Amino acid sequence: MSTREQDVLDRIERARKRPARLKEERITLAHGAGGKATHALIEAVFLDAFRNPLLEALEDQATFTVGDARLAFTTDSFVVSPLFFPGGDIGELAVNGTVNDLAMSGARPLHLSAGFILEEGFPVADLQRIVASMGAAAAAAGVHIVTGDTKVVERGKADGCYINTAGVGVLERPVELGAARALPGDALIVSGPVGDHGVTVMLARGELDITSDVESDTAPLHELAGVLLDAVPGVRLLRDATRGGVATILNEVAQASDVAVVVDEGAVPVRPAVTGACEILGIDPLYVACEGRFVTVVDGGQADAAVAALESHPLGEGAAVIGHVKEDPPGLVLLKTAFGGTRIVDVLVGDPLPRIC
Amino acid sequence: MRFVDEFRDADKARALAAAIASLCEPGRHYKFMEVCGGHTHTIYKHGIDDYLPENVSLVHGPGCPVCVIPMGRVDDAIAIATQPDVIMTTFGDMMRVPGGQGSFFDAKAAGADIRMVYSPLDSLKIARQHPDKRVVFMAIGFETTAPSTAMTVLRAAAEGIENFSIFCNHVTIIPAIKAILDSPDLRLDGFIGPGHVSTVIGCRPYDFIARQHDKPLVCAGFEPLDILQSVHMILCQLAEGRAEVENQYSRVVPWDGNAKALQVIAEVMELRPYFEWRGLGFISQSALKVRDAYAPFDAERIFELPGVRVADPKACQCGEVLKGVIKPWECKVFGTACTPETPIGTCMVSSEGACAAYYNFGRFTRERVRTATRQ
Repeated sequence: MSTREQDVLDRIERARKRPARLKEERITLAHGAGGKATHALIEAVFLDAFRNPLLEALEDQATFTVGDARLAFTTDSFVVSPLFFPGGDIGELAVNGTVNDLAMSGARPLHLSAGFILEEGFPVADLQRIVASMGAAAAAAGVHIVTGDTKVVERGKADGCYINTAGVGVLERPVELGAARALPGDALIVSGPVGDHGVTVMLARGELDITSDVESDTAPLHELAGVLLDAVPGVRLLRDATRGGVATILNEVAQASDVAVVVDEGAVPVRPAVTGACEILGIDPLYVACEGRFVTVVDGGQADAAVAALESHPLGEGAAVIGHVKEDPPGLVLLKTAFGGTRIVDVLVGDPLPRIC
Repeated sequence: MRFVDEFRDADKARALAAAIASLCEPGRHYKFMEVCGGHTHTIYKHGIDDYLPENVSLVHGPGCPVCVIPMGRVDDAIAIATQPDVIMTTFGDMMRVPGGQGSFFDAKAAGADIRMVYSPLDSLKIARQHPDKRVVFMAIGFETTAPSTAMTVLRAAAEGIENFSIFCNHVTIIPAIKAILDSPDLRLDGFIGPGHVSTVIGCRPYDFIARQHDKPLVCAGFEPLDILQSVHMILCQLAEGRAEVENQYSRVVPWDGNAKALQVIAEVMELRPYFEWRGLGFISQSALKVRDAYAPFDAERIFELPGVRVADPKACQCGEVLKGVIKPWECKVFGTACTPETPIGTCMVSSEGACAAYYNFGRFTRERVRTATRQ
């Protein structure tokens, strides 16, 4: 490595730290992919118009105090295609997704809203199936859907059914979590095998003529998060690995905490069927969405206790330490490949699997 | 996972790395070109450089199908896609390739119906489902993908599907390698031969590299151990004073190629007199077009194309990267003005492009990593 190459790399890292600029004149699918284009859109359009201290944290939920209570508040929209897939459907996803966004702040989810955008001609039987599964998911998560809204648009103006949910939760533990809190020496843990949901939805579209018995991992994670937070005081961050997968979270940690994240590829739990599908599709499982897994960063000395706590809950089966936080080189996620080499894991550009949730 | 893990065994890699190191003459610098973008991707994705001694460097070649598409052809494709009742289909890699007037993604956002497919047969399926639309497949790639495009045309002809055509941009690998060998700026010691292309054309077409240019070439597979073994085989040849074509990828590549696939290509396509390659300029007899007999399936004859040659942006050094003359990071705009989000050059677009591979996987210094992993 020459000095000149190092200079070029340093210049690139400086360029990467600059806020992304919105250059496009029209929305492209990349703006919904959760990567740099999404950030540029949020910064340039939404943040600019709505600016306030709670929003500026740009977390998956806002937390604030009302009287003596610390509350968490979030919203999420669901446009998954197909609506029904092995292991779940859009309704279950819409409940669990919002429950999980609340749970990742350490909150106990309380109440949800549900807004439906339905396409003219959509079968009522399908809607009933979706709503029944929302009811069951809400009951399983211990939340109530307490308010809602319905809109119908002309045929061809929506793809069957879109759902928006919002949720309120209460923070009962004195935790402070965030991507900027990671410290050198901390351990990175995933709560179970990654990539199940994304691969399931991809295969359920039937465009690939691949069959597999893999199912979506959609699940409410507030109990699992609670078990971890009760067992381990040194939790720095919880983040559900949805759009953009585990890799996107690791990059957020590296950038926000200005640390290096070193991941051991061989330690990342991936089911063989998911590995196989990813090999065929040329996708890295680290980028594939989960709907029932989170990534957590904990004090390195408490890593074993954290894994044990996660493993004690059925949804934490297969939890594993996948890497560690180091000082240098700051801002980068390095992967020690199973083959024995090293590479970086960058933020994904474009989405190999659009409309996964 | 079976059939994958065997080819990624770290113990075997260490043994090969030791054998490679023992074959290198002290003080001599070795430069090998991996012709194929798939190899470039493997090299970066698995961190193969970590196993090579410092005096062995791998130079990235021109074998990235998306990277060699000139801007004018992208504009032509978008001109087709924006015609009434057209559904344009293409491989995902093409979507972000910049033309003079933007990319497929931009055209799609502006209203064109452009869809990603995994196989040309998927486009044919779309044509069957939409008899009222004109479905065009943007065909790209070397001899690797040309047979499946040709097969699809034959299928369309057999089924009488009249609303399907291809926009043929298939190129051939040998003229590109010749262009590299004729380039005065580059001194190579050997070639890691393109594995997938060779499954179709076999190993014989590379003979001239050994005979006329006195360079070893080893056809290589795409798993990391394949690459290390190929490097080892090239070094063996050099140590023994040989320059031959050898086949490391014999589990997939037949020495004489795939006669059936070659025959299908020849049935549907013929060589163009010349074709423009991005960064390399016009190369004679280096690309394929649809034969007269299949004219009804040739988008170039169905649609009026602007056919305007668009010069590459001045700052873009894709040509030098494709020829292996400079490393990606030596390009003036690498990583700052030209990134995977906003690529200026094609090499930054495809996962097989040298710049994208370096940016996405290799953008760190090994010295600092060694420090980090020791901490």
